Amino acid sequence: MQWINQLGPSEQFALFSAVKVLAVFSVVMFGVAYAVYVERRLCAFIQDRLGPNRVGPQGLLQPLADAGKAFLKEDFTPGHVRKVYYWLAPALVMIPSLLTLAVIPFGSRLGEQKMVIADLNVGVLYTFGIVSLGVYGIVLAGYAANSKYPFMGGMRSSAQLISYEVTMGLAVVPVLLWTGDLNLSQIIQAQAGFVSWLPVLPNWMAFQSPMTFLAFLLFLVAAFAECNRLPFDLPEAEQELVGGYNTEYSSIKFALFFMGEYASMIAASALMTTLFLGGWTLPIFGLDAPAQTLWAGLAQIGVFLAKTAAFVIVFIWVRWMLPRFRYDQLMSLGWKRMTPVALANIIVTAAWLWAAAR
Amino acid sequence: MAVGGCALRYHEIFSPVKMIVERKEMTWWERLYLPALWSGIKVTWRHFAQTFFHHRHAAAQTAGGYHPEFKWQVREGYRGAPYLVRDQNGRTKCVSCQLCEFICPPKAIRITPPGPQPLPDVGNVEKRPAEFEINMLRCIFCGFCQEVCPEEAIFLKKDYSLNGLSREEMIFNMEKLLALGGVHQDEIMKWKRKADEALAQDEFPPIQQPDSPNVANQQRCT
Repeated sequence: MQWINQLGPSEQFALFSAVKVLAVFSVVMFGVAYAVYVERRLCAFIQDRLGPNRVGPQGLLQPLADAGKAFLKEDFTPGHVRKVYYWLAPALVMIPSLLTLAVIPFGSRLGEQKMVIADLNVGVLYTFGIVSLGVYGIVLAGYAANSKYPFMGGMRSSAQLISYEVTMGLAVVPVLLWTGDLNLSQIIQAQAGFVSWLPVLPNWMAFQSPMTFLAFLLFLVAAFAECNRLPFDLPEAEQELVGGYNTEYSSIKFALFFMGEYASMIAASALMTTLFLGGWTLPIFGLDAPAQTLWAGLAQIGVFLAKTAAFVIVFIWVRWMLPRFRYDQLMSLGWKRMTPVALANIIVTAAWLWAAAR
Repeated sequence: MAVGGCALRYHEIFSPVKMIVERKEMTWWERLYLPALWSGIKVTWRHFAQTFFHHRHAAAQTAGGYHPEFKWQVREGYRGAPYLVRDQNGRTKCVSCQLCEFICPPKAIRITPPGPQPLPDVGNVEKRPAEFEINMLRCIFCGFCQEVCPEEAIFLKKDYSLNGLSREEMIFNMEKLLALGGVHQDEIMKWKRKADEALAQDEFPPIQQPDSPNVANQQRCT
């Protein structure tokens, strides 16, 4: 390991960044594969079935078989599509959800290395900038397919994503006011220890005050809409739109859409964990301070992954619990209910902080 | 006295039922969606717990478990795959009339008639197909072949799970169909009686003709 110390600081930075990018990417891809598996098992249990349980013990190798099938299927390009956009769209769906993960701290530190790919000062703003790109892939897919159902899906998704992004952005402002920082690592630092009004609850953002709890709820609902998950899956809407924007896609391109959906679900879960549920911290065993030992660092990564997985399970469970909103209900919920509440939440938070500061 | 004197007119008795479904205004609490959310959690959790903790899923309650290990118990009158049958003497009942081939809606049946040569094990009694093929990929299990068969030679059995690795494998030939079909306990044994009669006919003393006593036999042999 002597050669690492002989490298210059910028070379070390590049090397460790590359290692972290690879690690995060592979963990997320693994997570995507197994989120699909968990979704299939969980929905089966809810529907009195067993789900895929044949490939390997308890069907645990099912994602491998699925991947093999997706790669080996015929990659069919219909004659009526707009080819360039058709090829571009799946990648555009996949990329933003992976880019979001770059600023999320998934652990405090291992040795000298901070466990975040890019420790941006404006991490939250970056995330929202990237998340808003997600709509382009879907709109482009709907446009490129050049047929009516995908087009409907693309139209719906653009309206829905734009509406709920407003709520999402506004919902997170009280958190920024509360912590006074845009850096996600600093936001996590502000959530260490126990909450002041009830010292058995962890000092997570969702528990710190009624306003941040409301912000958490608004953000959660908006995240469902942003990830196109039920009850807001109108862009896909299997029963009405035959799959919506991905109707004309097959093989690995369809799989990319599928993986993009789950990757954005994981990214949203990671973001919510970071903003509202204390990220990698746990108020016990001293896990709320940056790790001094390697084992503590690994334990904090484990805590982060567990919280994210819990959110993913919530996403999955809700999908099999709630029916889809009607389109006008979706829009009126977004604009007439959630956006005003989010705005009011900002004002109340600001007033509270002003009163507290006096 | 007027008979009846019923006050109801025809349209009053037979008018369609009118029902006004009252759309209740939802309360503030209901419009929060929280009660609906809570009842959703209750229902899904109940089903999840039934399956996950107690293994009381739907297949376990109907068949005992999932398919390859626990076969579904087919009910009476189920129409599965069509197979050919033999009678209790081991005789193929099909006489190659080809009615099933003609009636088969997806044209899954293909019969090769025996041609003019009598088959050695049947004799000159009745035809028997030289080959009988059912393409199980095309068969729709409609049961027309069974209905139309004048010989009760083809039956829809209870097989519902037909698997193969190639298209050729799914074309069942006569040997396979007969093996799968098994024996039909035939009470009438029509062709056995015919065969017996034909045999008895052979034993009749031939018509005596002065010049050539065995003409009839010779003609039959050529």
